[in-house]
Amino acid sequence: MKSESRSNGQTTSEQVPKQWQLRLYVAGKTPKSVTAFDNLKQICEEHLAGEFEIEVIDLIENPRLAKDDQIVAIPTLVRKLPEPIRKIIGDLSDTERTLVGLQLRSHSKMKE
Amino acid sequence: MVESLKGGGHVGFFCLKERLISKTVSKNNNSTPGNLPKCTTGIQGLDEITSGGLPQGRPTLVCGSAGCGKTLLGIEFLVRGATLFDEPGVFIAFEETAEELAQNVRSLGFDLDGLIEKKKLAVDYIYIERSEIEETGEYDLEALFIRLGFAIDSIGAKRIVLDTLETLFAGLPNPAILRSELRRLFRWLKKKGVTAIITAERGSGSFTRHGLEEYVSDCVLLLDHRVDGQISTRRLRIVKYRGSSHGTNEFPFLIDEGGISVFPITSLQRQHEASSERISIGVPALDAMLGGEGVYRGSSVLLSGTAGVGKTSLACHAADACCRRGERCLYIAFEEPEAQLLRNMRSIGLNLEPWVKKGLLRFHAARPTMNGLEMHLASIHKLVEGLNPSLVIVDPITNFISSGTVSEASSMMMRLVDYLKARQITTLLTNLNRNEGALEHTELDISSTIDTWLLLRDMELNGERNRGLYILKSRGMSHSNQIREFLLTDNGILLTEVYLGPDGVLTGSARLAQEAKEMATAAQRNQEIERKRGELSRRQQALEAQIAVLQLQFQTDKEEMERDITTEQVYLEKLEQGRQEMAFSRKAQSNGVPGSQKKVRK
Repeated sequence: MKSESRSNGQTTSEQVPKQWQLRLYVAGKTPKSVTAFDNLKQICEEHLAGEFEIEVIDLIENPRLAKDDQIVAIPTLVRKLPEPIRKIIGDLSDTERTLVGLQLRSHSKMKE
Repeated sequence: MVESLKGGGHVGFFCLKERLISKTVSKNNNSTPGNLPKCTTGIQGLDEITSGGLPQGRPTLVCGSAGCGKTLLGIEFLVRGATLFDEPGVFIAFEETAEELAQNVRSLGFDLDGLIEKKKLAVDYIYIERSEIEETGEYDLEALFIRLGFAIDSIGAKRIVLDTLETLFAGLPNPAILRSELRRLFRWLKKKGVTAIITAERGSGSFTRHGLEEYVSDCVLLLDHRVDGQISTRRLRIVKYRGSSHGTNEFPFLIDEGGISVFPITSLQRQHEASSERISIGVPALDAMLGGEGVYRGSSVLLSGTAGVGKTSLACHAADACCRRGERCLYIAFEEPEAQLLRNMRSIGLNLEPWVKKGLLRFHAARPTMNGLEMHLASIHKLVEGLNPSLVIVDPITNFISSGTVSEASSMMMRLVDYLKARQITTLLTNLNRNEGALEHTELDISSTIDTWLLLRDMELNGERNRGLYILKSRGMSHSNQIREFLLTDNGILLTEVYLGPDGVLTGSARLAQEAKEMATAAQRNQEIERKRGELSRRQQALEAQIAVLQLQFQTDKEEMERDITTEQVYLEKLEQGRQEMAFSRKAQSNGVPGSQKKVRK
């Protein structure tokens, strides 16, 4: 189910769940998904060093999974943990908005 | 061909029935060359007004305001497809969960869970919470396509409903992306070859709030729900239908426990089979007036008249005659409950109860204001489908006005008559005339749809009110032009001839008086004749007596004269004798004595 090749770099062998659990939904290796994954990796490494886990789900391989997280748009990043669930759509090229979406930065700060 | 002609009305009837059935079964996916292939919805009436269904393999937009039945139309489209035509369907719900949906339509007899289990239906609930979503750059709706594609492929769906796609506008922040994606979606749906219904909320000034009609250009249906005088009516209109003929009117539709029923106001094709079979209307004298055989099977008969002229009684006679033939009759009574009607009919010697018990006669008593017109029509449809009667009586139709406007009521009556005619069911309608206005007038202007119109009128004369009946028109038969007096007796209805005198039509006791008068006159004439005859014979006798007297007198005279003649002759003889004796005695005297000769000559 999990796209292991992509998540290997971030998952450690430890069984303890990371504080940040992120799930990236893509549909094949489109330029948008690749950009999104690259952007996500960069942001996470910068802001959540070591505390994150990324799971990439390719809906073309597993269309059934789109239902669980109510995915409509591609790419969509879902923050499973910490709660509440947040969804960020788009290729994550807008770093500020991504950080807001992940609640690493507040709206007001962004506006400044 | 010749055989079918020989068969007459019955064959025609069955042909029609077969045609209807084959139409229902075979019209699915029928594509005559050159015509747009259509997908039969299976929703009652909708296929008729769209001349066959929705455009197959193309999206159809169904728009309307909240609560007008968009979702239900979609669900029924799928359920009918799955159950009637073996076409699996996918329902993409943006507003309700699968559980809520199943619960909502269970009351309509749709078992969504069962269909899902049988792989005839798939429901996918797509939910987008705007507050959870942050947009960060470029995206597309590929996941939606994947979900739809997955749902379609998992059951081999031929139909899909997207209800309501517009929620995406509320859930996703970038309308520009959304619009281009929607355009792609409709192209994709067409490529998939599924017949789609897309529902959309009605916007102000446009059909949909977000202008979806821009993308779906093949077929647009508009649903409407209006409340007029506290009675609600739902209506459906085909705004456009590319490449197909369609009805352009607003068609009332109904949602009841059987789902949606759309009623064409006037069916697009008016090709009813016309039976030449005649049926009795229950009063022999009236049948005689109608060319001797009664009315045509499948024709429409209107009985109109003021209050209390015996419309219901006559209608009950017709019902009785129908049941006597062993046929079923549906009696829709708006004025009296069943028990009261049965009791009242017993008083004129008509016992309808056995027919009710046998199941040949069904009463449907309802207050007209109980429902809107469409609901009435629908319940009549349903009763007709269930009972399959050969006679339907509506008593009276005038009451429909109280549950709608006059024009609505007349259009409804027209549709009812059309519907019953198409099924070769004889219709008997009664119409209550108000006292003002011409009698040849129905408040519902339906006279043109009526084949036989019987007018019952009351005639007031000499402080009495009597009933008269005549035939105003009767298409396709020679009928009596006479006014008959209409009597309600202990043995049912009796039609007697009225008296037409110098004072006009005489009925009731005036008629009886006239009858007595005429009888008296006749008696008088007879007496006169007798008297004259007597006089004649008396005169003859007198004359004969006179003749006898004269003859007697003549005889007497004759005898007397003959006697005189004889006396004279005797005298003459005696004289001669005397003379000869004298000469003899004189002896000497010659014969030539002049004196004696003179004496003899005297």
